[in-house]
Formats: sequence, C-alpha cells, structure tokens
Amino acid sequence: MTTELREREEVRTPEGAERTRARRTFIPRADIYETADGIVVLADMPGVDENSVEITLEKNILTIDGRVEPEQREGYTLTYAEYSVGDYHRVFVLSDAVDRNRIDATVKNGVLKLTLPKSQEAKARRIAVKAE
Amino acid sequence: MLLQELSRSRMLDALRDMERLQSQFHKLLGWDREPALSEFPPVNVWTSQNGCIVTAEIPGVDPGDIELSVVNQTLTIKGSRTPDQLKDGEEYHRRERGYGQFTRAVELPFPVDPERVDARFSKGVLCVNLPRTEQDKPRKIDVKSA
Repeated sequence: MTTELREREEVRTPEGAERTRARRTFIPRADIYETADGIVVLADMPGVDENSVEITLEKNILTIDGRVEPEQREGYTLTYAEYSVGDYHRVFVLSDAVDRNRIDATVKNGVLKLTLPKSQEAKARRIAVKAE
Repeated sequence: MLLQELSRSRMLDALRDMERLQSQFHKLLGWDREPALSEFPPVNVWTSQNGCIVTAEIPGVDPGDIELSVVNQTLTIKGSRTPDQLKDGEEYHRRERGYGQFTRAVELPFPVDPERVDARFSKGVLCVNLPRTEQDKPRKIDVKSA
C-alpha cells in the first residue's frame, strides 16, 4: 500500500454523553476530490450496503451514517482480532452550494461513493479575478 | 449514618473524577485509538474444534481480484486497490484511503483441508471458511472401567 495506513479512529462523544446503541462507532476513511461539475466523496465502510447507509444534507452539513450488524458465528469464538466491527459516522462541511436534487449515492464492495453536483447558481456565482 | 452515606457518595465522586482524568490522559496520549495498522487488510480469526474462519476488511476490491492460497498452515490473501483516475483540473481535497498492492499471510492454528476451503466476499468483507483436517480433529476417548 502506497499511502500510509492510519489507524481507524473512533467517533468521540461529548464528555459524559453516551450513544444509545452499545456499539463502537468509527470514522470511515475517505477520499474527496473535486471535478468540474461537483465533488466526489469515497468512504471505506466495510460491512455496509445500500440499505444500511444513511446520508443527510442539511444546509451545507453532510452527514454519513452506516450501520453494521455485529458478527455472530455459531459455535466459533473470536481468537484473534485486528479490527472491530462497528457503526460509521462522519460529518463534512461543504464549501460549495450543492444541487440537492441530483445527489447520487452508491455502495459497492463496502465503499460509499457520493457524487454531489454543484448547483448552477454556485457555478455562475464564481467570479474570475484577473491580474492587472 | 448520614455521615456514612455522605462519605460514600464523596468516594464515588472521587472515583468518577479519577476515571475522567484517566480517559483525558489516554486521549492526550492517543491511547484511546485503535493500534496502528502495520498490515493490510486487517484480519480476524474465529476458531472452533472443527475449523476456523478468517475474515478480512477489504473495501473497494472486486471479489474477482482477490487471490487466495493455502499452503500448509498459512493462508495468503493477495490483491490490489486502484484509486480513481483523476482528469485534468480535478484535484483531491482529502486523501486518506490506501491503495496499491497488498499481500497478507495468516498463520492458521491447525492444518486445514485445502479442498474444502470456501471463501465469500460481500460488502467489502472477505470471509474464508477453513475446515480442519480429519486427522487433526480432537478425538474423544472413552474411559472403560477395568
């Protein structure tokens, strides 16, 4: 792997507060890139499919939530573990106005791909600055 | 009596304070995080008397691109992850996902029957079922009375 792998971070809850579900929640690792038409978000969420992921966009706050059912293997005991199974949660603040009606989300092989097209107004609003 | 109750609640408060301090201390040092991953993909191993199950989180890889082999007591997982190709004028805001080739060897707790190994890949999680060889399975020995 060429990019250094960082440990998977857990979502921190405010001090004294707890989540209602007694389960660990992780911050999914993500790539974000900008194209001429919009922004693409790729998030590693192994164990999640199209039915267990929820995406909300309120104003410019994008929230990604993924639920993963814990593994249960009848007759087997977990003897060695390098990763733990848990839910996913991550919040991004978008800088550009996004066309809400054309947001596209797909999940394939445990990777969420979000395409957030820029709205026409946001495109038009950009003002080119010329050098004197 | 009242005094006793009071001192007990004070003790609990002190304990809670200590716990809070401890967790803050751990956060400060970064001890509350998962240990750094040295190898990809991370694996979990489940065992029973009849075999073991190895699971690995490999998001973003097609099942056809994963190569598995079992030699003696070692399971090897090979594959690669390719990043999206960006066109001219496109740029990354953030890049946290790893990519490239990976090879991972997992030492199994007992000999397995390579003919009966079965692997499934769904939602970015690989699950390999490795049944133990018949000869290696524990045998129950009846104790007869003399």
